[in-house]
This record gives sequence, structure tokens and C-alpha cells, in this order.
Amino acid sequence: MTVARIDATFAACRAEGRPALIAYLTTGDPSLEDSLACARALLAAGADMLELGVPFSDPSADGPVIAAASARAIRAGGSLTAALGLAKRLRSESNAPLVLFTYLNPVLAFGQERLPQALLDAGVDALLVVDLPAEEGAELRAALAAVEVAVIPLVAPTTSEAREPSVVLGARGFIYYVSATGVTGLGDAPLGAAAERARAIAARAKLPVVVGFGVDTPDKARALAAARVDGVVVGSAIVGTIAAAPDLASRIAAVRSLVASLASAMK
Amino acid sequence: MSELGERPGYFGEFGGRFVAETLMPALIELTDALDTIVNVEPFQREWRELLRHYVGRPTPLWRAERLADALDPARRHLGELWLKREDLCHTGAHKINNALGQVLLAKKLGKTRIIAETGAGQHGVATATAAAVMGLPCEVYMGEVDIARQAPNVSRMKMLGATVTPALSGSRTLKDAMNEALRDWVTNVRTTHYCVGSAAGPHPYPTLVAELQRVIGDEARAQWLESAGGLPDAVVACVGGGSNAIGMFRAFIPDDVALFGVEAAGEGVETGRHAATLTEGRVGVLHGARTLVLSDDDGQILEAHSVSAGLDYPGVGPEHAALMRSGRARYLTASDDEALAAAHQVARTEGILVALETAHAFARLADIAREESRRLARPARIALCLSGRGDKDLSTIEERSK
Repeated sequence: MTVARIDATFAACRAEGRPALIAYLTTGDPSLEDSLACARALLAAGADMLELGVPFSDPSADGPVIAAASARAIRAGGSLTAALGLAKRLRSESNAPLVLFTYLNPVLAFGQERLPQALLDAGVDALLVVDLPAEEGAELRAALAAVEVAVIPLVAPTTSEAREPSVVLGARGFIYYVSATGVTGLGDAPLGAAAERARAIAARAKLPVVVGFGVDTPDKARALAAARVDGVVVGSAIVGTIAAAPDLASRIAAVRSLVASLASAMK
Repeated sequence: MSELGERPGYFGEFGGRFVAETLMPALIELTDALDTIVNVEPFQREWRELLRHYVGRPTPLWRAERLADALDPARRHLGELWLKREDLCHTGAHKINNALGQVLLAKKLGKTRIIAETGAGQHGVATATAAAVMGLPCEVYMGEVDIARQAPNVSRMKMLGATVTPALSGSRTLKDAMNEALRDWVTNVRTTHYCVGSAAGPHPYPTLVAELQRVIGDEARAQWLESAGGLPDAVVACVGGGSNAIGMFRAFIPDDVALFGVEAAGEGVETGRHAATLTEGRVGVLHGARTLVLSDDDGQILEAHSVSAGLDYPGVGPEHAALMRSGRARYLTASDDEALAAAHQVARTEGILVALETAHAFARLADIAREESRRLARPARIALCLSGRGDKDLSTIEERSK
């Protein structure tokens, strides 16, 4: 399955005339069991795809909400290995695409040579490495292409149109457009301009383009849906909701309600 | 050795650019600027004028006879010891060479704001100074722990007009200050230049910083030839990120001169509380470069420990990793206690208060001399980069001497 699972999801959402809703959580925050329960809740409430965040000690591209979640997750035993374990359990009960979201150092420590098979075994469909720009990681990209696991490229507002083709070269699954220059969890990303650029990239690359960084309310999700983007990623808002709830039952209730409202806003 | 290997920005298997896409265009612009701005005559003339009239270069090469006598009374191993006096630079350390070069470059690139990270505060002071003299606003990120233990430098930065912003995450030291600076840069990349303080980080920083610091080694080499005749047998420098060491080494890499870097062993390499990245690190990616890092089996970066805030970093410049891998340079360690003892010895014998960073290099001098003299079958002639002055460390030294 792998990339095909992602393609099928975007096709299904397109058929329903709405963007795909991609929900992010940091695996292991506040515990691996909580993450599993929250991931199930996200899917049940209407997320089409999950981004499973691998906690990293030095998340320099993340804002305070995800950075704090990362620190809590590491203390609770979160790691790339644990994220793979979580993916495997989710895969046994769901066909939703799973994207592993990580920094490069945990990948290097895990071992680039054994990662492709491990992703396959866990049922992970794509890998997104925040600090692996297009110019680096040729070996890893080739190894993942061989097993049909997508490597998701990020395009930023600072990426010129001249540079863009080299960034998305060989991309499969989808492309991630970062809505504004900054770290995750921005409150004031210019989403109108982001939607416009995302559509232009999608037309040029002939792949779905999702918009992330700064989508934290149903209103913003509704605006992006109205602007006909292919997908919307919600991360910090979910992670913040998980962090704010005092126990597992209220965590589940809170993420369910958030994701349900996001999903219905995009219909 | 500039950019070994086929790929630009790589030193052997180390180096590269591992950053979020948002920062890539700025790094590419900066890399192009190396050829089109930094390495051309007008920039070089302007920068070298600043080094001469503002920094006070060339810094002297001082023959340290009393220290040599103290280290080796019979003078069987240590023939000559010369110190490259970077402590006599304006602001008290080699850091100003790089800061002035980068802030000058930032102005030429049309950037309107400077940010930096700092551990001991020397790079923060240097950047705040360069920004002040060139009229740009400056924000310096510094770990909360380092703010507490380097108070004099925090006061200096503030008086120079810089904003000092505490990094409150992780170990609240240098690596976390670097994370905060990267977060700021990714947010403000269009207007802001990130003045990286060591020969670390993504390409082109390791090359840019090394090129701006090689003035140390170029001067030392010429001064040695003039004062001592011939070349030294060995060159020694302390290594945190490694900017003073690479600045000193680069001039001597083509020569038959042994290169020694000394890292911080903290409470002892065996205790796990150290900053000996080259000695104990594994291949990884931290702050934009593939290099040796202190990291656990899951790839989480470990906290580094050193009595010296400037060496307290779990990564190291990629060129040092390559120099070690190729065998061209050797890297040793010195503990907190050894560095403190060396700082006292240098003060009493030479009348120089050295930075605790540099004290690590002094701590291994006698061993290096013994080893080199055995190899050469005569007393060794050694040049050491005295990278900075120790006023900022007085409270730490007093505290530890109780």
C-alpha cells in the first residue's frame, strides 16, 4: 500500500469536495498509551491522515507548544522506535495514512539502512524530516523510494519559484507548504496567500499540496477549504489541547471535539 | 583544508546543510556571498582595516619562558613555547574577528538586524560590539544557566545596546541558545543575519567562520617564522565548537606541523559529565551540520558539562571531525580541575589571566611536549592559541578555589 494509501485518501477527499484533514500529535506526550488513545480519537473524529511526531531533544524548527510536548514525550519514553510501535498498533485497526514526522538525528541513531523496512513493518506510508532539505539525504530517499514510502518535501514562503522544482523533484504522496516563515504554532500566518501559493505549487507539481503551520481554529480551516487547498495540517492546536487536559478521558473528549469542529468546518 | 570532498560544504563525510527549507535560501545567499563579497578586495580591505585599527591586530606572539620552565624545569621536552595573544583583541577574545566580518557582510547583504547565540558570552559581546560600531540592532540568545555564571558579559552586552534573551529550554546552556537563535532566524530570515559564533552549523558557516578566523594562524605562522625561525613542531588550541582552533590550524595544515585540539573532559570523560564531543561523540546531525555529537541511542542530544561555559556544547565544527577522522589533527581532553590548575599556573608564571576555555589547552601542554619531543628526539617547539582573557571567569575560579 504505502504511497497508494495516501493517493487514495486525497482522491476520496477530492470526491467529497473537501480538503484532507491531517492531524499531528507528538508521540509519547504525555505517555505512549495516551498517544494511542488520542490518535484513535483523532481518526474517529474525522482526521483523514495522521502525522506521528517523533520527539527530539532539540526541535529548533518548532515553537514552544510542540517543543514542550517533545520534552515531555522524551521523559515518558518517546522515541523513533516507540513511534514505530505506535504506528503498528494503529495500522492493525485503521487504514488511514500514517506519516512519521521527525528530525534527522533520531533517524541516524536508529540507522538509515534499517529504517525503510521498519517503516514498512509498522505500516507507515510517508516520512517527513524537518531538517533534511532537498540537497541532502540522497541515499535515504533512494532506499525509501524502493519500498514505496514517500518522503514529503516542504516548500516555504522563502522558497523561490526558481528553486521550487528542485525541492519537489521526485515527490510522491503530497507536498507540505509551510504557511509562513517561522516555527510551528504561529498564530498569525497569512493563510490567504498560503492557499494561493499551495494551489500554484499543486498545479505545477501535479501533486496534492497541504498547508500547515498556524491553522488552529475551525474558521481558519474553513477559509482554507473555501480556497480549495488539498489538505490542512493541524498540529500545535491539537498538541496544546492534549497538554491542557488534566486526564486521559478529558484529553480524548477535547481532541474529539476540536477535530470534529475542524472537520465539519471544512465540509 | 577547505572543503574536502566532492560536495560543497562537506569536509569528508562531515558538514552539509541540515535545516528547515525556510532557511535554505538564506544559506544559499550566504554561500554565494563568500565568493562574491567576502573573498573580494573591497570587503577584505574594509574588514582588515577594522581588524587593524579597531581590534588591534596583529596580536602579539609572546614567548612564555617562565611557564615553559614551570612545565618542564629541565627543558628536556619543551624547547620553546609561544602564545598567540588573542586575549589582547578588543573585547578580549578571538570572537571579534568573526563577528566584525559577519556583521560587515550582513550590512552588505542589506540585513537590518543581527542575532547571535552565546555560551560564555564572549561571542555575544563581540557581536554586540560589531553591531554597535556598525549601527545595527542586535539580539543575543544565552542559556539561563550561562546568564547566571557569566554575569559580567551579560552586563557588557546590555551596555553595548544588545538585547539579551534567556534560553529557558533543555539544559539552558549554549545548545539551547542556538536552538532559540535558529527559531528567531527562521521567523525573521528576510531581515536578519544570524551571526554564528563558532565554526559549526550549516554550510557555509563552518567555512565562513574558519576563513574569518584564519587570520589567527596566518599571523602566528608569519610571526613565528620571523621571531623563532622555521616553523613550530606543534600547534595547540582548545576546542568547543572549535573556531579559534580551526583559525589557528588552517594556516598550518599544509605544513609538517602537528595539530592538537583539547576538549573539555568536565568531571571526567568516564563520568558522562563532559563536553568531549570528538573523543566520545557519534556521527549525527545537530544545528544544521553532520558532525560528531553527544547523543544517546535514540538520537537525543545529551547535555554537555564543563566548568567553561564556552566549551559546554555537545557538537563540534565538522572540519574538526574530518581532521580527526583523517588523522591530520589529534584531540585530547582536559578536566575541569586540570583546566583550573592550569589557569592559576599561567597567571602566576606569565601574568596573564586566561579564559577557562584556553586553560584546557594549557592543561595538556606538558603531555604534548613530552610526546612530541619523543617523536622528534629533541625538545619540541610549540605554539598555543591563547583564545581569550579570563576576567569573565573570575567568579567561577574563586568559587572553585574555595
